[in-house]
This record gives sequence, structure tokens and C-alpha cells, in this order.
Amino acid sequence: MNSVIDVVFSSAFLAAVLRVATPYLLAAFGGLVAERAGISNIALEGQMLSAACTGALVAGYSGSVAVGALCGVAVAVLLGLLLAALRLELGADAIIAGIGLNLLASGGTAYAVYSLLDDKGGTSGLKSGSLPTVTLPGIESIPVVGEVLSGQNMVTWLAFLAAPFVAWLFYRTRFGFRLRAVGEMPDAAASVGIPVRHVQYAGLALSGALAGLAGVFLSMGYVSFFVRDMTAGRGFIALAAVFLGGLRPWGVFLAALGFGAAEALAVQLGTMDVPPQLVSTIPYAMTLVALALYAWRRKRRGLTQETAASL
Amino acid sequence: MNESWADAGPAVAAHAVTKTYGNGVRAVRGVDLEVPSGEIRAVVGENGAGKSTLMKMFYGLEQPSSGEILIGGRPRVLRGPGSAIALGVGMVHQNLMLVPSFTVAQNVVLGVEPGQRGLVDSRAAVETTALLAEESGLAVDPKARVDEVSVGMRQRTEILKALHRRARVLILDEPTAVLTPQETEDLFAAVRRLRDGGMTVLFISHKLREVREISDKVSVMRAGSLVGTVATADATERSLAAMMVGRDLSLDVDRAPARPAEVTLRVRDLAYDAPTGQSLHGLGFDVAAGEIVGVAGIEGHGQSELAEVLAGLRRPTTGTVSVGGTDTAGLDVAGHRRAGIGYVPEDRLYNGAALDESIADNLVVDRHDRPPLARRGVLHPGAVRTHAERLIEEYAIRTPDPSVPVRALSGGNMQKVIVARELSAGPRLLIASQVTRGVDVGAMRFMYERLVAARDAGAAVLLISADLTELLALSDRLLVLKDGRLVGRFDDTAGLTEKRVGLYMLGVEHHDQEQLTAGLDDVEPDDVESDGVGPDGSGEASAV
Repeated sequence: MNSVIDVVFSSAFLAAVLRVATPYLLAAFGGLVAERAGISNIALEGQMLSAACTGALVAGYSGSVAVGALCGVAVAVLLGLLLAALRLELGADAIIAGIGLNLLASGGTAYAVYSLLDDKGGTSGLKSGSLPTVTLPGIESIPVVGEVLSGQNMVTWLAFLAAPFVAWLFYRTRFGFRLRAVGEMPDAAASVGIPVRHVQYAGLALSGALAGLAGVFLSMGYVSFFVRDMTAGRGFIALAAVFLGGLRPWGVFLAALGFGAAEALAVQLGTMDVPPQLVSTIPYAMTLVALALYAWRRKRRGLTQETAASL
Repeated sequence: MNESWADAGPAVAAHAVTKTYGNGVRAVRGVDLEVPSGEIRAVVGENGAGKSTLMKMFYGLEQPSSGEILIGGRPRVLRGPGSAIALGVGMVHQNLMLVPSFTVAQNVVLGVEPGQRGLVDSRAAVETTALLAEESGLAVDPKARVDEVSVGMRQRTEILKALHRRARVLILDEPTAVLTPQETEDLFAAVRRLRDGGMTVLFISHKLREVREISDKVSVMRAGSLVGTVATADATERSLAAMMVGRDLSLDVDRAPARPAEVTLRVRDLAYDAPTGQSLHGLGFDVAAGEIVGVAGIEGHGQSELAEVLAGLRRPTTGTVSVGGTDTAGLDVAGHRRAGIGYVPEDRLYNGAALDESIADNLVVDRHDRPPLARRGVLHPGAVRTHAERLIEEYAIRTPDPSVPVRALSGGNMQKVIVARELSAGPRLLIASQVTRGVDVGAMRFMYERLVAARDAGAAVLLISADLTELLALSDRLLVLKDGRLVGRFDDTAGLTEKRVGLYMLGVEHHDQEQLTAGLDDVEPDDVESDGVGPDGSGEASAV
């Protein structure tokens, strides 16, 4: 037991939390933007997977990590726009369309990798490199903080900057203001002349970009190759973080960070004398517990809350 | 913004405007209408008369199939609300178009937010709103969240929204449907002030009394055509109603004094903790067989919850409810039905009918499991059809065939289906919630007659309505709810005015406990009089 506590308070573990939380944070913010725009983006998982695969493949063939990452994000943006088009132009149910996109991404990436590399597992045969790490000058000399922060991937930095960015976007900018209005009350937004569809397309594109960045990090930061179905449900856990965080930027930030910590813990415990099957269920079990807690709290709040005075 | 108005000519006009929908329905037929600047013009008509469609064309939500829309004296092509707004047309929709989690100020500026470089200046939004509110006399709290303010303030917010966009024409679609009499008066005062400042107001309403009070002229529409325009001073409610329906029709309800018999619905210490919405606290009242008891209150003060608790859709937290001697508080919905409860829900689209199913099927949902409609669990289609044909005839439901899905019916006919089902079951207690909401004058009158007929046949009727005129016309006794509590009880509705009831609805006045519970059997046992009349016979005067 003591060894577990030692691990949890080590700076290496904290650094791992930041690293592991990165895809959760980015994907959760992607989910948040889409949710607030009024279209549930259940395709986060597929967008991450497509971006991860495209990023690794393009980087491997072109030799440029930057081009690979950009192409990865672009594919996720296109999937976001496709989801919006299915919903807005064809009237498809966003959940069903999202499930379809996820299945498409899972099959499509495996097919692409197999037909290009003749490998059913992934792109480990392809040398695609990874995105650069960022080291702030002088930060390494600070005890603990230096060890935790130094050498983190640039995407990790972006993921942590995404929280203030999304908060600023939602509550300070005209675009965010209209996005929230469109998501909450599309008729009201339309009646004052806001182009509802345009706003929703833009929201879903941004959502896709954030999910794409999360995917690119998986195959070009976390590791330097693509593995079939490597997202392993992170997109769905991120979606849980969106609701657990109460659809608010900082709430979502904390929820996603919590899921990241749970997974980091599972990884650390995996090296110790604990059954690995049990350990690998930690993030998923935590998702269920957290959602149950959330529902219970909401129910209680509903019971005790006095309805506001009407006059 | 609207400098492109011509100097002369009407503020808004329609020239030979026709609107034919894709499915062939002609909603508006060759309407010519001109409204000069600075006039309050009421547009009245039954449901489906085309007045909403006409207004939507003025606001760019619909485009005319032929004819011209003129705004500011010039013909215009309105591609959407955006272009109508740019020309100075503002519309306050019947179901308010506000974002609930936004503040009043944020809603006012939505779409034309102050601020630079893509940012929103919230302080400027609050200042602008406060200034507009002061200038126009429409009092709002700019920083309050819309979902936490009264319906009246929400509506004022909507009007401010239009003013913020420099509207010169204001379309108000049934603005008083959700207001108390006092709020209505305030609204009318503000509308008059706007008119005196040069605003043109188009006022859509069902309520002829209000039309007479507020408008300068009245345009009457029937079946898509404009029947005529009369000066309000020359019109009576009766003449307007006759123009609307094309024949002489009075909304006065002939009803003999009630003859209440034994207590049918007995409610004691009823409390209900609502997870969302309004909770109920310590309600106690009786409804006797053969009387109509009205429930008044500002919307959202517990009427919906009360109706659903009594109908068995929600379970009371404490207290007892009995119907004809059966304790119903612990029963499920089917148990409530067996105890003899009929229920006309307030939202017929949501839980009054299965919209995609046929009229015939909707008419049997409460009795499909027993003879003569079914035997040993198998339905007899022939019996279902005969049953439907009989009720369609009896309740004058306008439809070509019983197999038509309910969704295809107009609001009034849809409601007739539900009322036909509930009343033909011969309920001991009928809970009727907003029976005439959104139905036209003809159907309204029909509902009134049916409710009174049910009462005279010995049913206890609990009538819940947001329309005070309706409550006063139909109720033998009246209860007032505020914040989920009983605050008023009038055992004699003769001579009772809307204004007086409004004071109770707003909480300015309330009856004391003694009067609220007078005559209820087990509350104050000493007070029960054994004179043979029901425990709260209608003869008791309501001294205040």
C-alpha cells in the first residue's frame, strides 16, 4: 500500500497524469463545443481514431511531422462537418450518425493501414516520428514543477490551454455567445437573424479539430505509431466528462483531468503486484461511478431547490 | 437602419397576398391590408383563419406565393427575419423566443451584440437594456436570468429586443395569453405609449374583450380571407365574433345554478415535493358532484402539478385524495381511471393523444381491453370503428374518416377527440386542464356546453385554466393557487371580477385559513353543519 502512495505523490506520476489526460482534455472540449452548439458529437472516438491514423501515415510517407499532424486534424474537421451535414441537411439523428462515423473510422483506418502497409495491427513498421516537446527555459530548475512540466509534448500544453481558450470563446466572444444561443434555443437565435446552421457547422468543425488534435497526440506524441483501435474508448469517456463537468469549460476540465489521473494510476498499478485486468477497468469503473454521482447530485439539487420567485 | 422608408403611405401593407403551402393548403387568400403608422391594429380570427401566416409573412418567416408585402410604403422581398428586422419589423412570438440561461440583457442584444473585434461587451449590453427599459417604461432587471423572471418580464424582454433593433412595427402574437390581468394592463399601457411615440402595432388575439380595449381598428380574418376592418369604437364583442365565424355566436354560457350533491373529490393536506417545477403545500378542498370548481393562478404556480397528482401521473408526498370514497393517493393511473377520473391534460400534443395513431384508436385507449370493443384480449375492429363513428358524430369532430391520424386535425378538433374520449367514459370526476387553449371560438363554445352538460349529469368538474374569463364564466366556485398553496376560495362566483381574482393570483390579497377550510369535514369538526347540504354548499357567502 505504501508503495502505491509513494507512486501517486511522485513527480513522475504527476507528469504521467498530464500526459495521459491530454487526449481526454482535448476530446472533452471537442465534445463540449458540439454539445453547446446543440448537436451531440458522439463521433469523437471516430474523429480521434481517423486523425491518429491519418497523422501517422502522412507523417511517415511525407517525412514531415507537421504535415502529418495537420492532415490528421483536417480529417477530423471533415468528419465533424460530415456529422453536421448529416444532421442538418438530411435530418439524421446525431447519435445514430455518430455511431455510423465511429464504425466507419474503426473499419476505415484498419483497412487503410492494411492496404498500405500490409500490416493488420498498425503502422509500427513505418517511421513517422512524433510531435516536438516544449521546454520552457529555466523551468527545469524549479523543484517538482520542473520535473512535472519539462519535456511535455506541445499538444499537452495546448490541451491545458484549451480550457481558458474555450471559456473565453464561450463567454467573451460574439461567436461563443451565438453558439450557446443556437445550442440552447435555435428558434430564438433564428428569430433574431442568426444563421443557425452556419454557427452549428462552425461549432462541429471546431469540435472535430479538438478531437483531431487529441487523436494526433495519441499516434504522434504518446507513442510514435498508429495501432488499430488505439483510442480504446477515450472518446466516449471524454463525452462522459462533458456531462460530468456540467457542460461548463472548467467543470469539463476537472472531469477530464480526473479521468486522466485514473488512467495514469491504472498504468502505474499495472507495474505492481495487482491483477492487470482489474487495474485496466479503473477508468471505466470511475466513469460509471462519476456519472451515477452526477445523476444523484442533480436529483437531490432538483428536490431541494426552491423554484425561483416568479415576480 | 430603416431610413429606406417612404415618407408617406402605410407602415405595413399586403396587396393581394396569397400563401399556398406545398401540400396544397391555401392559408391566406388574396388579402389586402393596410396599417398606417402609429396605429394599434388588432387582427382577429379563429384558429386556422390565416392571421399567424399573414404575420409570419410580414416578419419574413414565410414568403407569399403571390402578391406583395409592403413595409414602410415600399414593396419588399423578405428572405428571412433578418431582412424584416433590418426594415424595422419586430415580432413577439406567442411562445417567447428567449434563451433561458441568458440574462435579460443578453437576450435583448442577441444578434446585434455591442463590442469590438468579435467580443461581446456585457456591460454595454446591460447599460443599453436599462436605458431602453427606462425610455419605454417596460421595467426589467437586465442582469436577471430569463428562466428566473416572471412571464410578464420575459415578454417585456421580447419587446425590448424589438426596440433595440429600432423596430417601427411591432407584431404581438397573442401576448396576453400568459399574463395576469394586472400584467395585461401594464402591457397595454406600454403598448399605448409606444403607439404615441409613432410605433405601429399589430395585435393578434383571441380575446375580443382585450381587442376592444387596446386597438384602434380591428381586422377580421376568416378562412384565409380578410372579412373586413372596422373601427374598434363601432364594434362589439358580439359583432366581432359574428364576423369571425360567419354567423351570430355568443360566448355567454347558459348555465343553471349548480346543484351540488355529495362530495366526489376530497383532498386533505395534500403536499407534493416536485423535483422540478412547483411543489404543492397543504392543499385541502372538496369538489361535489354536480359542480364546476375552477382553479385560477398565474401559470406555473402548481396548477399542472395539482392536475397531474389528481390524475395519478404524479404521486403525492403526503396527504389524502379520495374520489367517490376510493382512496386514490396510492393507486396507479389505471386505478385512478377505475375510480372514475377523466382527465383532459393541458398539453394535448404531449400526453393527450397519440398523434400518429388514428382517431378511432385514440378514442378507445382507455377502454380497449373490455367488451364491447374486445373479447378475450382480441380487439374487434368493427366495434372500434362504430364506437369512433358514434363519437365523431356526437362531438362534431370534423374529419373525413375515423382512420385519419390525430396529427392531421386542427387544434380544436384534436381537443374534441380527447374531450369525447374522457366524457364518453362517464367520469365521476373530470379534471379539465386548459381545455380551450389554442382552440377557436366555435370549438370553445362547444367545450363550454359540454362541460356544463357533464356537470348537470352529475360529474364533479375541476376546471384549471389560465383564462380568467373562461373560469368566471364556467365555475360555480373558484380556488386560487399561488406558489403551490391555496390562497383564495370564492364559494360564489356571481359578481366576481377578473381584477379581484388577479389580486389573489399576485398575492396582494389572500383569504385566511378559516375561510379556505370552511366546511371541510375533518379540518375543523365543530364547524360542520348537519343541514343536509354538501360540506361546502354553494349557498355559503364568501365574505372577505
